[in-house]
Amino acid sequence: MAKTIVQEFTKGLWEEIPPFRLVLGLCPVLAVTKTVANGVGMGVAATFVLVCSNILVSALRNIIPSQVRVPCFIIIIATFVVVVELVMQAVAYPLFLQLGIFIPLIVVNCIILGRAEAFASKNPPVASIADGLGIGVGFTIALGALAGIREAFGAGTISVPFSDTVIQLFGPSFQPFTFMVEAPGAFVCLGLVLAIMNLIGK
Amino acid sequence: MGDYILLAVGAILVNNILLIQYLGNCPFLGTSKSMDNATGMAMAVVFVLALAGIVTWIFEAVFLKPLGLEYMRTIVFIVVIAALVQFVEIFMKKSMPALYAGLGIFLPLITTNCAVMGVCLINIKEEYNFLEMLVSSIAYPAGFGLALILFAGLRERIIIGRVPGPLQDVSIALVTAGFMSLSFLGFKGMI
Repeated sequence: MAKTIVQEFTKGLWEEIPPFRLVLGLCPVLAVTKTVANGVGMGVAATFVLVCSNILVSALRNIIPSQVRVPCFIIIIATFVVVVELVMQAVAYPLFLQLGIFIPLIVVNCIILGRAEAFASKNPPVASIADGLGIGVGFTIALGALAGIREAFGAGTISVPFSDTVIQLFGPSFQPFTFMVEAPGAFVCLGLVLAIMNLIGK
Repeated sequence: MGDYILLAVGAILVNNILLIQYLGNCPFLGTSKSMDNATGMAMAVVFVLALAGIVTWIFEAVFLKPLGLEYMRTIVFIVVIAALVQFVEIFMKKSMPALYAGLGIFLPLITTNCAVMGVCLINIKEEYNFLEMLVSSIAYPAGFGLALILFAGLRERIIIGRVPGPLQDVSIALVTAGFMSLSFLGFKGMI
């Protein structure tokens, strides 16, 4: 049993790492990866919602009638999103302002609903926690990595998550490649990272 | 009047919801493989979003704001949108079977389309009045449709072409979307 739970956790880190393997939930991936701090903040918020909703969905899986399961899942997810919104407003207000409407939009993130439907509604709570945590951590790593690439080239800095420190990567004569932090850079960068993942995977 | 036109142009081109604001990217990649699906999805989004914009705006003005329940917005909006989509589906099935045949399969997907929820939230955040909200709820999905249909046209061509192995499918689609986004960025100077 212990082995399978470890497997549930690790599959989210490579085999099914969103958004690269499971091409879902792209909007936050593209929108909040301008800086590493934003990307990781978003990842942590989504992980919290994912783990909590997985626990509740899996605990209630025998009670919720299958005809109305999707609305039930959405309400469960929405509840935790409101929790995240309120907590963030209280403890990390600048980050809350930076992420803007993408915090409430966690509710329509297909990854979370997808895990509720595909995994948590069929498995016991402990396995669901492992699954949620694995996918969530994978999502956070992916966001952090993508944000790292974009921020390093686009602004020449790396902002450390959950603090105000910003590390300057290059010397004072660095000219930022602004394309990377604009909208098109997000698409191109994600597309190329996906291609690299395919190359390594095969 | 000029303000409304400016708002509409801004919503369709300058702040294009797909390519500049990054909302609704899952259906953007999911349904753009064929022109028919893209057109169907675009029409369904315009239809639902116009209704959802009006309903959520009224909910905000009548219930949430006077009662000081703004923190419940996320839950209320998603439930309202889900119920609305379900209602539209049932209504269409009964009274507009032709339209239902065209849009039917796309309707359930719309509940989890972040463009719908996103525009409803933008309407509230920008504190639009009723008319401005109406313009934005129609112009944003029009921009969504424009980008989606243009992109589907490109993607139909790309599928035929010879793409290097690792770049195939989603990867090349994203790079293409990037260059489309670059051209939409060019509208920035318009307003």
